[in-house]
Amino acid sequence: MRGPWPERLAGLVAIGLLLAAWEIGCRALAVPAYLLPPPSAVARALVEAAPRLLPSAGQTFLQAMQALALAAVVGGAAAVAASLHPAARGAIRPLAVILQVTPVVAIAPLVILWVGLDRAQLSVVLLATAVAVFPVFSGALTGLTSADPDLERLFDLHGASAVDRLVRLRLPSSLPFAVEGLRVGAGLAVVGAVVAEFVAGTGATQGLAWRILEAGNRLRTAELMAGLVWLTLMGLGLNLGVGLVEAAVRRRFGLVR
Amino acid sequence: MAETPAPVAALDGAVVRFAGRARPVGPLTLSVRPGEILALVGASGAGKSTALSLLAGLRDAEEGGVRPGPAGRVGMVFQSPTLAPWIDVLTNVALPLELAGTPREAARDRARAALTAVGLGDRTGALPRQLSGGMAMRAALARALVIDPDLLLLDEPFAALDTVTRRRLIEALHTQWAVRAPRPAVVFVTHDVEEAVYLAGRVVVLGSGDGQVRAEIACPGLLPRRADHRADPAFRVAVDAVAEALAVAMDEVAA
Repeated sequence: MRGPWPERLAGLVAIGLLLAAWEIGCRALAVPAYLLPPPSAVARALVEAAPRLLPSAGQTFLQAMQALALAAVVGGAAAVAASLHPAARGAIRPLAVILQVTPVVAIAPLVILWVGLDRAQLSVVLLATAVAVFPVFSGALTGLTSADPDLERLFDLHGASAVDRLVRLRLPSSLPFAVEGLRVGAGLAVVGAVVAEFVAGTGATQGLAWRILEAGNRLRTAELMAGLVWLTLMGLGLNLGVGLVEAAVRRRFGLVR
Repeated sequence: MAETPAPVAALDGAVVRFAGRARPVGPLTLSVRPGEILALVGASGAGKSTALSLLAGLRDAEEGGVRPGPAGRVGMVFQSPTLAPWIDVLTNVALPLELAGTPREAARDRARAALTAVGLGDRTGALPRQLSGGMAMRAALARALVIDPDLLLLDEPFAALDTVTRRRLIEALHTQWAVRAPRPAVVFVTHDVEEAVYLAGRVVVLGSGDGQVRAEIACPGLLPRRADHRADPAFRVAVDAVAEALAVAMDEVAA
């Protein structure tokens, strides 16, 4: 929702018109509520199912955040290792790419099997980490290797140690790229958590995806959609949060868009 | 040249090859005398920056001798200020000292003095993005001077600045050079002939194709310059001589 006010207003108006058309269409054509409930029914479900959906949304959010934190640590450490030595880069890059191109749905049954069905929450965190780690790694590595070449020469000139070069030059230089990777990773962590919950399929996770599945199975379509609304809000909130961090970093670096 | 004192840094037939470039740069023979200001002029691609990298010890020559600053303290200013944007001006200027192991507080004290000397004493806490182009370049100059260099290398540092700001920076450079004892040797790369003759005691013209020294012209008058130096007929004569030598060097490539 960037841009000047008229632009934002236009976006809100478009959403409002869409909802109005949806409501009117449902009523005029008498669409069965299990197939497509009108927005008013979804709104009602949002309120009525809140005691169930809210804790579940919190659960999924928490797991996505744990996954993002884990991805930041693992991806960041791997990027630092890869930036320090060509051999390390050669060893890590293919692994990262393999992890990235393998669909999380496909490895989910394996991870759940290994971790144990009784520990579905850990499986969800690990799977969400697996999807979120690549953009974080990739962003951090790009940043670590794109410090200003003249600053690198200055560090050469003054005989900087490898640690000084990493801490005083390359890590700070990588920040704008790393937060960009984190932003992509945050979105993917939610996707990963939802997919993992779907695959785990048991009520053990109590997450939002499981609530959505359950509502679908019982043809409570309005509640299903209410769950989707929560997922969307979660995505928007995450995007906004990471976006604020990114904007702060970019301002500090003088990279204002 | 027999009676000249031992050079601060010298290139003796240094040759550098670049991938994808048919002709190597060099052989370059050049010696920088203690306390002198030497301007290097030449067309773009003549190897001016390569010469600076060799003198700084940042690059090795494939052939020939290179003697980078034996005392080891080399300060450098690049085409852009190249300040780290995430730290304030004081921390930027203290950086070379801290990298060399000077304790933090001592480094910051010296950085504060260096910034005050170039007229930025009141901007120590500013972030680089809060400085104008001229102020950022002053900070870069302070960062190069903070280590009390024996050899100060400047790679077309003022090219992007307007005339007034550029003249003030040259004045700042002259002042900082003159107040130090002993005075550092300065090598200043530029493509501006007037700037070269004004700020240096000696101008060396590099050939376009190979970066070999084509001409060496002594600049008249004492350093630092008097305010009316640019109006001095001897100044104009030297500018013409350098411009002519540069034109000859540039035509070699066209021929």
